Amino acid sequence: MNLLTSMGLLPLIGAGLIALLPVTNVKLIKQSALLVSVLVAALGITMTIGFDRGVTGFQYIERYSWIPSLGISYQLGVDGISLILILLSVLLVPIVILAGWNESEGGRFSVKTFYILILVLETMMIGVFAATDLFLFYVFFEAMLVPVYFLIGGYGNGARQAAAVKFLLYSLFGGLLMLASIIGIFVISGNQIGRTFDITALSTLEIDTTTQNFLFLGFFIAFAIKAPLWPLHTWLPDAAKSATPGTSVLLLGVLDKVGTFGMIRYCVELFPDASRTFTPLIITLAVISILYGAFLAIGQKDIKSLIAFTSISHFGFITLGIFAMTTQSNSGATLYMFNHGISTAALFLTAGWMISRRGSSTIADFGGLQRVTPILAWSFFIAGLSSLALPGLSSFVSEFLVLVGTYTRYPVAAVIATFGIILAALYILIPVQKALHGPTTAGNENLTDLNKREIAAIAPVIALIVALGFYPKPALEIINPAAQVTITKAGYSDPQPLVGGDK
Amino acid sequence: MGFQSPALEYGALAPMLIIFGAAIIGVIVEAFAAARLRAPIQLAISLGAVVLSLSQVWRLRGSATTTAAVNSVVIDGPVLFMQGTILILSLFAFFLIADIDAFAAQASAVPGSNEEAKALQSGKIQTEVYPLTLFAVGGMMLFPAANDLITLFVALEVLSLPLYLMAGLSRRRRLLSQEAALKYFLLGAYSSAFFLFGAAFLYGFAGDVSLAGIRSAVSGGPGNDVFLIIGMVSLSVGLLFKVGAAPFHAWTPDVYQGAPTPITAFMAAATKVAAFGAMLRIFYVSLGGAVYSWKPIFTAVAILTMVVGSVIAIAQRDIKRMLAYSSIAHAGFLLTGVIALNQEGLKASLFYLASYGVATIGAFAIVTLVRDSSGEVGDLNRWVGLAKRSPAMALIFSLFLLSFAGIPLTAGFIGKFTIFTAAYESGNIAVVVAGVLSSAIAAFFYIRVIVMIFFTDPEEDTVTVTIPSLYTNLTIWIAAIATLALGIFPAPFLDFIATFATFTR
Repeated sequence: MNLLTSMGLLPLIGAGLIALLPVTNVKLIKQSALLVSVLVAALGITMTIGFDRGVTGFQYIERYSWIPSLGISYQLGVDGISLILILLSVLLVPIVILAGWNESEGGRFSVKTFYILILVLETMMIGVFAATDLFLFYVFFEAMLVPVYFLIGGYGNGARQAAAVKFLLYSLFGGLLMLASIIGIFVISGNQIGRTFDITALSTLEIDTTTQNFLFLGFFIAFAIKAPLWPLHTWLPDAAKSATPGTSVLLLGVLDKVGTFGMIRYCVELFPDASRTFTPLIITLAVISILYGAFLAIGQKDIKSLIAFTSISHFGFITLGIFAMTTQSNSGATLYMFNHGISTAALFLTAGWMISRRGSSTIADFGGLQRVTPILAWSFFIAGLSSLALPGLSSFVSEFLVLVGTYTRYPVAAVIATFGIILAALYILIPVQKALHGPTTAGNENLTDLNKREIAAIAPVIALIVALGFYPKPALEIINPAAQVTITKAGYSDPQPLVGGDK
Repeated sequence: MGFQSPALEYGALAPMLIIFGAAIIGVIVEAFAAARLRAPIQLAISLGAVVLSLSQVWRLRGSATTTAAVNSVVIDGPVLFMQGTILILSLFAFFLIADIDAFAAQASAVPGSNEEAKALQSGKIQTEVYPLTLFAVGGMMLFPAANDLITLFVALEVLSLPLYLMAGLSRRRRLLSQEAALKYFLLGAYSSAFFLFGAAFLYGFAGDVSLAGIRSAVSGGPGNDVFLIIGMVSLSVGLLFKVGAAPFHAWTPDVYQGAPTPITAFMAAATKVAAFGAMLRIFYVSLGGAVYSWKPIFTAVAILTMVVGSVIAIAQRDIKRMLAYSSIAHAGFLLTGVIALNQEGLKASLFYLASYGVATIGAFAIVTLVRDSSGEVGDLNRWVGLAKRSPAMALIFSLFLLSFAGIPLTAGFIGKFTIFTAAYESGNIAVVVAGVLSSAIAAFFYIRVIVMIFFTDPEEDTVTVTIPSLYTNLTIWIAAIATLALGIFPAPFLDFIATFATFTR
């Protein structure tokens, strides 16, 4: 059987086996879930190693007919962009399981259900990135909502149900708009090349401008809700605040990437002309997102909402990079997706530990953690620094690439976006200063530092952040060819830099 | 001059004849069998007739199109498919009816009277519901098969009259039930009058009541176009009433709520198949040539129906009323298949009707299980925390709701996808956009119910989920499996439908 399908099936089979375990044997359930996710991660790494970097186009292709009368097939494949996102997903799941060892307890449903949901979600995440059939993508895109909905609503805290419903309704609304567009492009394919959902075939269609614009908007709104882009972001802070840290990691780290991934794979590649038409608008929205997210992050009192708003700012950068349409900005954006995934994971996990130890998520309740819990404090600090894109940490590379790439085509947008970096320093360093440094405030004296399990969970993330900060080449090697293909498909070529002396 | 006896093609009519015959036998059983034996006998007759009839439909499936009974009935692919669907749905409906305690002990007793109490005490049961249902099933099978306006009207009445009665048979909350029956009857009679009025005008236009005759008159006969328009509009009013499309939907919530739940399930699922079957035939076969006259009106009605159904459903506090408004919204989606007027539209409509019918029967079957000491509990506020009491039923009910909402991997999604694709292909993009947006609205109230079931803690309450009987259990599980299977592997069924989807003109 093919690698992608096995990788996707493994968590599902694992979930099925866990369903057979007794509800009361909590430890065995957790261990099995961890084991399954580690195996999936190993497969993911194998796949990355076996990926041929020199080749553009899809690899590990699988294709089986599914609903022939509608031209729908079960069709998978990865290029650099989807590979890197699948890798991100399968790496984060075991980390989330290990880090949030106890967050599954005390929810509305059993511990068993929690891990079944996580593993089912992992299958969906792999599927949504690997699908090269538009219909299959949509199925994963929508079906994914169900486990996430139950994860937020069943295991979070505070107004978790309201947050879960808000998340679901926003996503469904976007998804249904996308469905209208999918139907549109499907009918057009039927008229031109015979009914198909194969995205490579779909990108060859000749669609007139008006239709293309409408179809593009259907897709784009769905992805902008998912990503989320200002002004469609309002569900995210609620969801992130209510969900457990582990769920938030998967939500912001992976699921929201479906939005930005979709912008590249579907918006830009299927509707190049419409993408060009809407680029000015989207770039404006992206810049607003960058600044808006950053400003609101500064003002947050709740540590989880803070991370959520920083993410809105970061998604602004990613969207900017995608629609600036240069190879640099585009590979930067893809790398940013990966880096944002790991640094948000680090932030959320460490923040989650702080919150569960202190019993509060208000920043003002913390103080002087550096002295009491040095390892925890350092982890949070490094994660924060990565989030503000300190040189030497992974996010810097991607943010730099996005800005440089954008500057060659949209200098004004790039310059304004740069202010986002300054604000980032504010929104990260202020809480770091309040919570970690200074004298230890009342209520924090007896907090315990990370235990071995927690260290084992956070260490690989931090290592990855540092490693990719100094040596991003392996990741960029995978991404660059794919980014180039995207730019070519969109009908752009990189602007030539002007060398001053030769004018 | 001797009387020429008409030639009846018994083979082609067999499925309907079996059902009508069984209904008549059922009436005789009511007259002669001992009271306590009636229920099992009636159930056996009904199930036997349905299965036998189904086997006849299966036998006919490959055969060439025929007309029967002097051209008044046509047996072609879509008819056989719809007859099969109606029979399967009514098989499930009989399963639900078999849990007989939903029905009045003596429907003629005045609610609250001594007579009623006495009837209840004596353990009587109104078993007439079986033959009544059989008559309705027969009418439903004839409705899409009718080849002229007279047969069409007769079928309409044969299917409607028993339904009016059955709506009033509820054992509990009898006043509500009788009110529903009366309302349904009055409005139904009114819409039948419209139907007849329209039929008369179409006859005036074409000089012929056969669908083929009207078709040739539409495509370039000498007829009076004003007559055609008046005829079409009035006829449509009658049909739109039956499917519960806005603005003729007002009866739906009241009747769905008041009728005994097994009957509601039967009405919601099977009537829709029959009425849409007839509507598809009339518009595809006869009035296709006048599409530019009726398409704008139908587009408006479809959009209005979707929006009204979805929006008003949000405000409902009763599960049966909510499902009623949901069925209105679905009628709107189904109308897009009529408007599409292409083969894709027909195929998609057939698929949609089958998948919607199955999920509807399943959903109402679960409604019959949620009870307190005084009977079924419709109040949504008392459905909270159902998942704690019965996780399996809660999950299955959510599956049906997700199918109604059109979430991928359920049959509802494939139905919605194919029917909107057909509409888009016919160039009716406005309807697609409206459909998608109202689906988003509809998703809201389906999800709200799921939230109530799963995420809200039950108060101290006496609501229980009764252990389903074998029949009900079978209905629920088969419906659930079908909903999932048609969502994940619809290919064989879609191909199967494709072999049926050509109307004979």
